[in-house]
Amino acid sequence: MAVVFKKTQGLTDAQTHYCPGCTHGIIHRITAEVLEELGVLGDTIGVAPVGCAVLAYNYFNCDMHEAAHGRAPAVATGVKRIFPDKVVFTYQGDGDLASIGAAEIVHAAARGEKITTIFVNNAIYGMTGGQMAPTTLPGQKATTSPYGRDVDHCGYPIRVSEMLSTLTGAAFVERVAVNNPANVRKAKAAIKKAFQAQIEGKGFGIVEVLSTCPTNWGLHPLDSLKWLEENMMPYYPLGNFRDPAKEEEGK
Amino acid sequence: MAKILMKGNEAVAKAAIEAGCRYFFGYPITPQNEIPEYMAKELPKIGGVFLQAESEVSAINMIYGGAGTGARVMTSSSSPGIALKQEGITYIAGAELPCVIVNMMRGGPGLGGIQPSQADYFMSTRGGGNGDYRTPVFAPASIQEAVDMTMEAFDVADYYRTPVMVVADGMIGQMMEPVEFKTPKKRELPAKDWATTGTKGERKPNIINSLFLDPQELEDHNIKLDAKYAQIEKNEVQYEMYKAEDAELVFVAYGTTSRIVKNVVEELRAEGVKAGLIRPKTIWPFPFKAFDEIPAAKNLLTVEMSMGQMIEDVKMASNGRWPVSFYGRVGGMIPTPQGIKGKALEVIGGAK
Ligand SMILES: Cc1ncc(C[n+]2csc(CCOP(=O)(O)OP(=O)(O)O)c2C)c(N)n1
Ligand code: SF4
Repeated sequence: MAVVFKKTQGLTDAQTHYCPGCTHGIIHRITAEVLEELGVLGDTIGVAPVGCAVLAYNYFNCDMHEAAHGRAPAVATGVKRIFPDKVVFTYQGDGDLASIGAAEIVHAAARGEKITTIFVNNAIYGMTGGQMAPTTLPGQKATTSPYGRDVDHCGYPIRVSEMLSTLTGAAFVERVAVNNPANVRKAKAAIKKAFQAQIEGKGFGIVEVLSTCPTNWGLHPLDSLKWLEENMMPYYPLGNFRDPAKEEEGK
Repeated sequence: MAKILMKGNEAVAKAAIEAGCRYFFGYPITPQNEIPEYMAKELPKIGGVFLQAESEVSAINMIYGGAGTGARVMTSSSSPGIALKQEGITYIAGAELPCVIVNMMRGGPGLGGIQPSQADYFMSTRGGGNGDYRTPVFAPASIQEAVDMTMEAFDVADYYRTPVMVVADGMIGQMMEPVEFKTPKKRELPAKDWATTGTKGERKPNIINSLFLDPQELEDHNIKLDAKYAQIEKNEVQYEMYKAEDAELVFVAYGTTSRIVKNVVEELRAEGVKAGLIRPKTIWPFPFKAFDEIPAAKNLLTVEMSMGQMIEDVKMASNGRWPVSFYGRVGGMIPTPQGIKGKALEVIGGAK
């Protein structure tokens, strides 16, 4: 019988701890598939965040380095500057990347650090139990915005991809979602392009992945996908913001 | 090698390069800027990398990543910057990675000033960041010693897989003295088979980590770290006894302060007071055993450029055997020989 699908070499056999229906698992899988398809697993060093993906170092089948909350881009910079020929990536949540680690990601992008960031935007702090994130939508309820996010009180959500795409050093920036099979395929294609941009030495690459947190959103996994489409996508439009391939064509 | 006249900060930077450091991540702060500046100029010439981070927090995390690769990495800063670096230092200690961190201390708390100080004694010797950990801390009293200790720090770091600090004050960073770059005595260092160098598909992934969610695993990890610190306390204590063996008044001072105290010891001896000095060269591990070598002692006098921090270790070392007094100046005020001597005479009751 022909094998049509098998588990990627990019992941270990460890069982993940993610909640049922959480899309972190899909994002792990497509990232790992890309690393395997590019044939770079043996030359890759990944940096895990603080957040629900804190144990990513047990799941990716390559050398891994755990970082402090938000500091993954700095840790990755240290690795990459010593090993310019290795593939270095960070995997970060929205609290990790857009709140405590905002300076680190902005400056890694500004430096054109030749690393790839997989940025999981689920509009909430998952790990610590559903507090408000910098990406929590206006009116969205979280445990620390129990009446819904009031923008007069705590400001507006950050559109990370739009913000980083203003930086010259950010070579590849794309926002994707993993809400249906077609989008998962697109997400994987974007992740592959981001890694290729790194391998070709083009600069910093980030793929923002709209993801769900059924547990802390208090929704069934299927309703979570619907909520993502109806609420997150309008505020965080999918699309490519920077692509070195496109930019060369345009010249 | 002939002696050359160098500024302390530059000498420390050169010493690091001589010791094989090729990667430096830092952020500017007075009075240590000549270290990153020297690295920025020299490292690219020899295939190394200097990178100015956007903050101390970022710089120490670059060191954390860099140390994970097994390379010799260093950062430097001054007090408020080191305070920020504590986040990374505890992670580096927890993940058992080697690196060297230089602190050219200035006055605090807060923004404080830019003049020399020794007020980071607690921050350096007590762990500084969260959790149960220690960092070996060298405290040079001259530029030559700063050079030698910086070189040795890299070996100690690699040997024990730990961050090591070189803690001096702005005075040592800023003054000039003739120095010689001697090849340090080499230790047998363990292989860095734990480093994240890429598996090449030939081994299991290496993971650099300080997270242990299972309480038993974390306790085991803490016990393992503790055993390592016990080894360091046993093997790495360094101190100088200066005319202390027959001294009745024993000063305890380190770094720049100890140089001033030496002059006071001479003056007091000329006047018939049997004075001497215990000078910790490592402030952690603290030289508790030096206090068993002062049979004639009647009084201890701790002198620091702080409001009194090392005095806690001195009291512990004394363990009630002697009265312990303190003299300190802060804010960048350097203790004067007159000031120290005045306090010394007060301690011994004005008499000889
Ligand atoms: C310095 C520090 N502050 C706070 C925390 C607690 N903390 C752990 S995970 C987390 C939020 C992570 O949220 P996010 O990055 O959005 O990832 P998610 O869990 O949603 O995947 C926080 C605040 C920490 N570990 N370290
Ligand atoms: S808490 Fe949310 S983000 Fe975290 S694993 Fe569960 S569903 Fe996923």
